[in-house]
Amino acid sequence: MEQEPFKVGPFMFSSRLFVGTGKYADFDQMNACLAASGAEVVTVAVRRDVLTPEGGKRPKSMLDALDTSRLTVLPNTAGCFTARDAVRAARLTRELLEGLGNRGAQWVKLEVLADKRTLLPDPVGSLEATETLVKEGFTVLVYTSDDPVMAKRLKDAGATSVMPAGSPIGSGQGVLNPNNIRIIIEYLKENDPDYPVIVDAGVGTASDVTVAMELGSDGVLLNTGIAGARDPVRMAHAMRQAIEAGRLAYLAGRIPKKLYATASSPTEGVIAPAAEARTKG
Amino acid sequence: MEYIDAMRVDVNGQAAEVEPETTVGGLVALYAFERRHVAVEVNGELVRRPGYDATILHEGDHVEIVTLVGGG
Repeated sequence: MEQEPFKVGPFMFSSRLFVGTGKYADFDQMNACLAASGAEVVTVAVRRDVLTPEGGKRPKSMLDALDTSRLTVLPNTAGCFTARDAVRAARLTRELLEGLGNRGAQWVKLEVLADKRTLLPDPVGSLEATETLVKEGFTVLVYTSDDPVMAKRLKDAGATSVMPAGSPIGSGQGVLNPNNIRIIIEYLKENDPDYPVIVDAGVGTASDVTVAMELGSDGVLLNTGIAGARDPVRMAHAMRQAIEAGRLAYLAGRIPKKLYATASSPTEGVIAPAAEARTKG
Repeated sequence: MEYIDAMRVDVNGQAAEVEPETTVGGLVALYAFERRHVAVEVNGELVRRPGYDATILHEGDHVEIVTLVGGG
């Protein structure tokens, strides 16, 4: 079935699934999963490069393994705990992706985290960094909690997309508060129906993706749900199907929930109950 | 690496001794980084690629040489 394109800022995609490149056993497994997921956008992190001793051999870079000519790279600022560090990280990723000629140079998945235990976003830092990066011309996709008020503040600050967490990063708990996600979608799409809301983080299995999409999210971003599965390639296939199933179900419109049963088969023309048939015979 | 009048700088959190007047471009070459795969900050400020060879390091500079890795 033909699906409508997914627009995020200056980009158009046919897949609504964004996947991470972390935690894979090796680059071959990563590439097999990326292919199976159907994703056109992959997230990456920026880290210190390895210092090799003089004459030493450099380890293979992910940038040699990743098909940067086909994929749009979405760099994150993961590991940053202040707005200042997140802004620095974003500038570094832009420099890196410009050098690679990847169109992902103009956007960033902004994460300003509050602490290492929860990896919950720091609302004040996230807002501050969003404002700065928007001023610097970045297309900002900002990771946030499922708080509708914060989501609105981030959109107002100029974020191109707000990405509420379903549940904590890597927790696999799925969408813990579907009501908040629904409110976020309603708030952000009010008079702006094409504004993209992408559920980011917490996906444990395929049904979590479907739930997020059925709520009306425009896309889902996940990493550990695939990379941490027993069979990552099979799970990548499942995630691809889950995102399509969820989107189609959302567009098709679910039936309302009712307390009592409604028969699916005609109630007319049912054969006589056994007791009645016997008395007449 | 040992130089007379060596200059001490910090590269990715490690102390390094380099020749005085070493540039960012020189440092990138010294560690055999793939130029296309790295971005460089000196004392918290991004150094754009075209500026590598004109940016001279000074004693005590903090240099970050970063790349893109797998992440979510």
